[in-house]
Amino acid sequence: MATLSIPNPVPSAIEDAEKLRKAFQGWGTDEKAMIAVLSHRDAAQRKQIKIAYEEQYKEKLLKRIESEISGHFERAVYRWIFDPVERQAIMANIAIKNNVVDFPVIIEIACVNSSNELLAVKQVYQSLYKHSMEEDVASHTTGDFRKLLFALVGTYRYDGEEINTELAKTEAKILNDAITKGEYNSDEIIRILSTRSKAQLHATFNCYKDAHNLSITKALSTKSPNDFVIALRAAIRCRTTPTKYFEKVLRNILQKSGMDEDTLTRVIVMHAEKDLKEIKELFQTRANMTLEQAVAKKTSGDYENFLLALIGN
Amino acid sequence: MADETLSLKKAFSGHGGFGVDETTMAAMVTKWRKQPDQKSRFRSDFSGFFTKIGSIEKCEDDYLLRLKTEFSRFKNIMVLWLMHPWERDARWMHHVMHKSYPFTVIVEIACTRTSEELLGAKRAYQALFNHSVEEDVAYHIKESYSKLLVGLVSSFRYEGPQVDNDMAKWEAKALGNVIKSAGSGKLIQNEEVIRILTTRSKRHLKATFKHYKELHGKPIEEDLGANLCLQETVKCIDKPAKYFSEAINIAFKEGADKPSKLSLTRVIISRADVDMEEIKETYHKQFGVKLEDMITKNTHGHYKDTLLTLIGK
Repeated sequence: MATLSIPNPVPSAIEDAEKLRKAFQGWGTDEKAMIAVLSHRDAAQRKQIKIAYEEQYKEKLLKRIESEISGHFERAVYRWIFDPVERQAIMANIAIKNNVVDFPVIIEIACVNSSNELLAVKQVYQSLYKHSMEEDVASHTTGDFRKLLFALVGTYRYDGEEINTELAKTEAKILNDAITKGEYNSDEIIRILSTRSKAQLHATFNCYKDAHNLSITKALSTKSPNDFVIALRAAIRCRTTPTKYFEKVLRNILQKSGMDEDTLTRVIVMHAEKDLKEIKELFQTRANMTLEQAVAKKTSGDYENFLLALIGN
Repeated sequence: MADETLSLKKAFSGHGGFGVDETTMAAMVTKWRKQPDQKSRFRSDFSGFFTKIGSIEKCEDDYLLRLKTEFSRFKNIMVLWLMHPWERDARWMHHVMHKSYPFTVIVEIACTRTSEELLGAKRAYQALFNHSVEEDVAYHIKESYSKLLVGLVSSFRYEGPQVDNDMAKWEAKALGNVIKSAGSGKLIQNEEVIRILTTRSKRHLKATFKHYKELHGKPIEEDLGANLCLQETVKCIDKPAKYFSEAINIAFKEGADKPSKLSLTRVIISRADVDMEEIKETYHKQFGVKLEDMITKNTHGHYKDTLLTLIGK
């Protein structure tokens, strides 16, 4: 469930556009007013606000925001304003064009979405960047990473509930053979992980756990995993237990030293209108504090206020 | 009488060709009504179809099987004609999994359909078989060309007008280098070859193939060795009319096998509303004979009439 809260009744897009205009005028910016509007509107409403603002004031809302605010706060608001599909297309492109491909972003987008959701992202990606997402992922990666990411992004998976238990047993064995040999980049692991449906994959991993008393992600744990194994584990988690995956990502950022605002922003912004509630609840049981408390401890200023508004109380 | 026997034999595909001549058969039943001697003489004059065990007359089993195929050509083409194109493509691809069709059918479908058509075929495949076509190809086909095939069938290519000419030139050079250094057996598994052929837009690939020819003085097909999968891929993307015209020609050749003969129906049905005029022209140029004439000469009955209508005389 979403944590996004929308007032009832919700002001019209024109009223919201006016409020934002007021927030931009004069010296400095009234960030609180900005947050009050933007963080409490859903994707359709935000789109209407963008349109209304542009019609009224003859300038693009996003351009104005970019000039008014900066830093982590600006990046968070920028990503938030788009609807989920366009947002993911944009974030995928940023991840791909990065000096080193930001593979967690690609893995999350490719693995957490349903086949049709991912397809929608790919269609928007094409219209924005005049390339297919697959071609950009492939041309910016090499070797094992290309194999894995291309397969995850490129497959239009079956999303149905049908499973074949014999097949699950067979493929659990295939996975075990590859893992015991340490062949983490085996074609078979990638094939199974990237082409099988979610339901089939669950069945396969359950067979694996029954047979070896060990979950597959634990089986892939090594003392010093290389990036590829990390990517593989992320893909497995994203395909089968996404809530746990994101909870762990948040806990790693918020309870360890150092800070990774980009990832924090990404998780909050991408899930606030989707399933941040479940992630929040799991976080609380695991971290012994609420997500709000953890975020407040490690962030500050407008950035903190914006995230907290999305997380909801 | 001899003429009657000949035309009846021909009607039963006794002289080869495709389909059966239903009208002639029905007329013969009228003519030879209550004349068992005529039928007896026909049987003894048709040794491929009828034989004797001692004094007992019997039909040859393999002729009966062939006859079944020939009789059902009309039924098949009618059903296929009515079927939704996506279901057609899905069923043809499924036949490849179970080895009754050659893998080149998958190359044909993956490379000659538009992105939307291929997506539709993939959806139909899922609805019919409860698996994605990608997972089935990856699982059932374990040959050297598997990776290329999975890549082709996964593709969701950009179809817009934009082409990065510099990149096309660069990739033409890169392909040249790979071709020079890789052994011809290794070419089909080369990750750059696969990346370029399975992810780039068709416009981009046509530009790349053009640059290749300018750079190396010959078309890329000549440098791909005996690699059927690669050859067909390039042909389907670059010159589909030529590919289809050649597939039709193979079907008409003496001693063509069952799958090759099935190409005739498949090509004509799937291209009738797309690029049949271009295929006819190409066929005429390549083989010096009009497609209508080949069909008239080598096919029979309602099957023939349907083919002629579909190609638009």
